[in-house]
Amino acid sequence: MLDALGLDSLDDLFSQIPPTVRLDRPLELPEGVSEPEIWADLTALARRNRHVDELICFAGAGAYDHYVPAVVWALAGRSEFVTSYTPYQPELSQGVLQTLFEYQSMICELTGLDVSNASLYDGSTALAEAVNLARGTPGRDRVLVSAGVDPRHLETLRTYGAGAGYEPEIFPLEEGRGGHPELGPDVACVIVQHPNRYGVLEPVRDLFGAAHDGGAAAIQVFDPLSLGVLAPPGELGADIAVAEGQSLGNHLSFGGPYLGVIATRMDLVRRLPGRIVGRTVDVEGRTGYVLTLQAREQHIRREKATSNICTNQTLMAIAAAIYLGWLGPQGLVDVGRACHAKAAYAAERLTEIPGVSLRFPDAPFFKEFALRLPRPAAEVRDALLERGFLAGVPLPEPEGDTLLVAVTERRTRGEIDALAEAMGEVLA
Amino acid sequence: MTEPRAPEGGVPEHVGAPVRRQGPPGAGTLMDLSRPGRRASSLPPLDVPDREVPAEHARRRPPALPEVAERDLVKHYTRLAQMNYGVDTGFYPLGSCTMKYNPKISEAAAALPGFSRLHPLQPEETVQGVLELLWRLERALCEITGMARATLQPPAGACGELTGLLIMRRHHTERGNPRRRVAIPDSAHGTNPASVRMAGYEALHVPSDARGLVDASALEKLIDEDVAGLMLTNPNTLGLFEEEIERITRIVHDAGGLVYYDGANLNAILGRCRPGDMGFDIVHINTHKTFATPHGGGGPGAGPVAVTEALEPYLPVPLVARDEATGTFRLEMDRPRSIGRMHGFHGNIGVLVRAYAYVFLHGRDGLREVSERAVLNARYLAHLLREAFPPAFPDGPPMHEFVATAAPLKQRTGVRALDIAKRVIDLGFHPSTVYFPLIVEEALMVEPTETETKESLDAFAAAMLQAAREAETDPDLLHEAPVTTPVRRLDEARAARHLELRW
Repeated sequence: MLDALGLDSLDDLFSQIPPTVRLDRPLELPEGVSEPEIWADLTALARRNRHVDELICFAGAGAYDHYVPAVVWALAGRSEFVTSYTPYQPELSQGVLQTLFEYQSMICELTGLDVSNASLYDGSTALAEAVNLARGTPGRDRVLVSAGVDPRHLETLRTYGAGAGYEPEIFPLEEGRGGHPELGPDVACVIVQHPNRYGVLEPVRDLFGAAHDGGAAAIQVFDPLSLGVLAPPGELGADIAVAEGQSLGNHLSFGGPYLGVIATRMDLVRRLPGRIVGRTVDVEGRTGYVLTLQAREQHIRREKATSNICTNQTLMAIAAAIYLGWLGPQGLVDVGRACHAKAAYAAERLTEIPGVSLRFPDAPFFKEFALRLPRPAAEVRDALLERGFLAGVPLPEPEGDTLLVAVTERRTRGEIDALAEAMGEVLA
Repeated sequence: MTEPRAPEGGVPEHVGAPVRRQGPPGAGTLMDLSRPGRRASSLPPLDVPDREVPAEHARRRPPALPEVAERDLVKHYTRLAQMNYGVDTGFYPLGSCTMKYNPKISEAAAALPGFSRLHPLQPEETVQGVLELLWRLERALCEITGMARATLQPPAGACGELTGLLIMRRHHTERGNPRRRVAIPDSAHGTNPASVRMAGYEALHVPSDARGLVDASALEKLIDEDVAGLMLTNPNTLGLFEEEIERITRIVHDAGGLVYYDGANLNAILGRCRPGDMGFDIVHINTHKTFATPHGGGGPGAGPVAVTEALEPYLPVPLVARDEATGTFRLEMDRPRSIGRMHGFHGNIGVLVRAYAYVFLHGRDGLREVSERAVLNARYLAHLLREAFPPAFPDGPPMHEFVATAAPLKQRTGVRALDIAKRVIDLGFHPSTVYFPLIVEEALMVEPTETETKESLDAFAAAMLQAAREAETDPDLLHEAPVTTPVRRLDEARAARHLELRW
């Protein structure tokens, strides 16, 4: 090949790099290794982690130990999906395109909204994108955020806001829910998470009614697996709904890759960020799928694009479509009901322990609840770790005594009883 | 349809598209398979008392998801997968996308429960292995790019760009003025100007010169103290190395600006030169390009951002820190000058595990060889195609990718770059990128990557040259292509006009 090019050596391929910037030494990295050696290294690293099949997981706070059925990654893991690029050549990409169309359809069904897209990065960045979408009216710039919104979502919003030119304003909860956003003609949107960061069910209709009365857009952060039993965002008045979609067939993976879900009303579709798949026909009239409304996107519209997103989380959306197909309508109801019932049972058992109470005793919750403990929550969590439990996530509340406990359909009555017993012993 | 001839050297004949229609005619969506009462899922019976959610919160009827058996699900998505082309299917020379082969060891590593089954908020003592992996990967990426520290949080290149620009903004803000504009070359990827806008800046466009390089003299006139920085890839979007890179970075630095390296083209220079040594202050890396993490039909990727020591305080939280005394690792949250958080948790960890496997499997010599072979393959393929598809900027030798043009062919025959791409599909290949970069007429942007053999380059070139010959003799064959794919050319105008975005 060098001969064909009339070159003497591989070094000649790099002759245009000025000598002054060439690296005149090897990279300070180890020598390459064989596959068995890298496998040994990786498995040794993996063994130094205690995963959620070894520990009994009651940790949530935005990432949940739901069951991932075998069929999901048997299909989503097929190399035709895994190793393909963004479907720029639709004739060679009908598999990804149709699956994304089906994903969009199922997200619309779940949320009761008109349109979705081919995914965003995760729940937090989806919220930041939703705010950009909602801030489309000149003069309406302010962003009101319920104190019930996940703190990591809020931090992400603050970071994105530094570029977009807003500072999210928090309105406090009352006994773990509700609150009063101070609306005015300069407010772009009101953000409510339901169930909120404490797992509590919010009076969403009232909050969104107030937002709309004030002329602001309503953004709901939702839990996809709650929507078999909880009313969909569209029915609650949300103009835009976003979620962390990890629970839809994606593994916990220490925080990613996850799935940013977004859905909105049809009249906002031309401002929606990210890729959108549409159904059309080919020259012979056969049904086919393409990326559509690309004039919103960075590769066409450049600095006027609705977002900079290019690479997204398509494979996670494919997994979500397969997972929702596996669940079906009754499966979605059953998972939601199981999470809710088991969480309620766990809350009852745990609050039987002397000194342990619900932080918001009068507030209804879905699959997660905040426990007030008689000792620092991190200490209790660590003590329970020694007994084989990931007992929850200590919340950054000033008192340091609050533990957020999540109960998914994977947890059994036996495991919940065992946690209650162990916590009782730890606190005795 | 003309039967393609095998070129000299015994390359196999191609007799149609690499993916074909699958299953019965008119097979529809998963919803079309739905029948009342069918179900794939099974769950254990409820072992605690059932509870109703309060009536005002309850859903009245379940969402109309498809009702199918597991068998239906498997048949349906297997059929769809078979209608999709991936790197595992064959050659994938998409320029600017670095579609190299994705080693299976990386997949196996990411699937280990010790990585895939970790909750992101587990106590640090239960995740020492993954924290060490991230720490080692960060060190390796800094060495490869010549930078001091890196965040692994951004889940994609574009998010990395925004991260870098917000760091730039914070740097200038701490000095009293965030400044107003960020310079980008006219050949830049669309994410650059879009990210600039999201970071609250205006894009300032820098023209390319006749050689396809940044016009340094024009840049000198454009850069002033209102410019926060410059974003650049090197080699640039045309596959050409910016030979005046030191002058370019000096011009920006002299005006108090920062220089951002878009790592889209890092695959060309591993072990040969480093952005840090060229004067760049901020670098993003696309692991799904350079470090062979698969692209998943559009994602996930990962877009780590590495910076100089001076910019390290602004990196997003958390960073992985190592306690020298105990050798243990922790997530460092308390970084008061940080720009904040770019992702809900720690980034696309499963992708980063794959990147780690790739980097340490190859090691220092292996990574250098990656770039050697990537550049050799691109130069060789450009050479094979040069008569029919001349390089857009012939003065500079291309590096890991090249931009050719079908403009002369179009002038002679009316056949466009798009028609060539579609015909190449019928000849058994995924085509190159077309119509990018925007500054080149009838652009064909080709990036073969280092993982392809000479035989596969020869075969692709034969298909391209055959298409060029057919353009002269039978242009309709190209206008009508592809004819052997699951669907033929699709009506995109109709898709945008009659929006059908769900079933």
